[in-house]
Amino acid sequence: MPETTPSQTVGPYLHIGLPWADGPFAAAEGTPGGLWLRGTLYDGAGAPVTDGLIETWQADPNGRFAHPADPRGAVPYPGFRAFGRCPTDATGQYAIHTLKPGPVPGPAGPQAPHIDVSVFARGMLHRVVTRIYFPEEEAANAADPVLASVPEGQPRQSLIAHSTGDGYQFDIYLQGENETAFFDI
Amino acid sequence: MTTSEQSAASSAATGLHVPGYIRDHEVHPPLDYPGYRSTALRHPKRPLTLLPHMLTEVTNPVLGQDRVGETDHDLTRQHAEEPQGQRIIVHGQVRDSDGTPIPHTLVEIWQANAGGRYRHTGDNWPCPLDPNFTGVGRTLTDAEGRYRFITIRPGAYPWRNHDNAWRPAHIHFSLFGRAFTQRLVSQMYFPGDPLFFQDPMWNSIPDPKARERLVARFDYANTVPEWALAFEWDIVLRGQEQTPFEDTEAEDDE
Repeated sequence: MPETTPSQTVGPYLHIGLPWADGPFAAAEGTPGGLWLRGTLYDGAGAPVTDGLIETWQADPNGRFAHPADPRGAVPYPGFRAFGRCPTDATGQYAIHTLKPGPVPGPAGPQAPHIDVSVFARGMLHRVVTRIYFPEEEAANAADPVLASVPEGQPRQSLIAHSTGDGYQFDIYLQGENETAFFDI
Repeated sequence: MTTSEQSAASSAATGLHVPGYIRDHEVHPPLDYPGYRSTALRHPKRPLTLLPHMLTEVTNPVLGQDRVGETDHDLTRQHAEEPQGQRIIVHGQVRDSDGTPIPHTLVEIWQANAGGRYRHTGDNWPCPLDPNFTGVGRTLTDAEGRYRFITIRPGAYPWRNHDNAWRPAHIHFSLFGRAFTQRLVSQMYFPGDPLFFQDPMWNSIPDPKARERLVARFDYANTVPEWALAFEWDIVLRGQEQTPFEDTEAEDDE
């Protein structure tokens, strides 16, 4: 067993330490193609979680990462940090301004455009991880190996965002009949 | 189509394998832990789906010095005067489980003041706030993966999880590492704390040896005479899996 450092909860006071003024802006305001990704975080009783933190990480519109582990080279995309961080508000909502990612190469061919999501909150001793997929990418989603590995029906459907006027809606249910599909990362 | 788009499209078509990260579930607390009551409605009940580590999972934001202000590493210099409490140095190394240091990675901390109160609207137990203490720090590790904060020793504080519940003194840490898989939020504790036995956060970690890895070491060698006690806490994030090629080499060496 690797002697790694165990996780502990972010606790109820994460707001003093983790939010950044520019946290929600994975893409700077005014970046062409900018969209809002919004959603509400719910607990197992259907109540909004008002003390959580959502983080997102994703490829740029070309499906690339400005990171040394991208074998195609780390190429920055103007106005784009690719990482978003937003605490949930008094109604459990988060909002992240970003760009739609392109398809990302995988071992068996391209993966459908997706955003990796981490959820942190009081009452969670470790983060949970999920993925956001896009409703208009029907063909790519149908061929995506990760989506295919999630049980059919509601669990798989829970990973597809809904289109809105200025972007997408992706609600996250930690527990219950609408429970979001989460990943062993 | 630009050249970069063509090359992206071609590697997407041919398939791209990247080394993943070692899974270390046994080290971490379960999401469902009845001793910590707030987990009851905040843990998934369905089995998790295994996510193979691909490009999105082996990358993460490369955050630079622009995220860190001049006094962010020194929580005793963020106000007009110094905060109350025992001044301490908290330092250590961030590395992979294979021992490789993780340089230039963001470390974020937050904590209660010397009396055990957080500067947060949700914390209003009868303990005064300190006008000279915010309790938030940030720094980047250096080329050898080392970090160093100056702060004050936080106090223990009561909470309502169980009868006469107190949290052991701790500092919250947030780490990015170099990959999405390495993201970690944890808490550093102080040696010899008498409150561990009744703390569900501590007890939720299944392996007692792993709990001990959250306890800083009193570091007399780095204690600064007539100024500050030092504590050392190393943080170990998940290491990379060896590629099949490297596995073969390792066998040959044996």
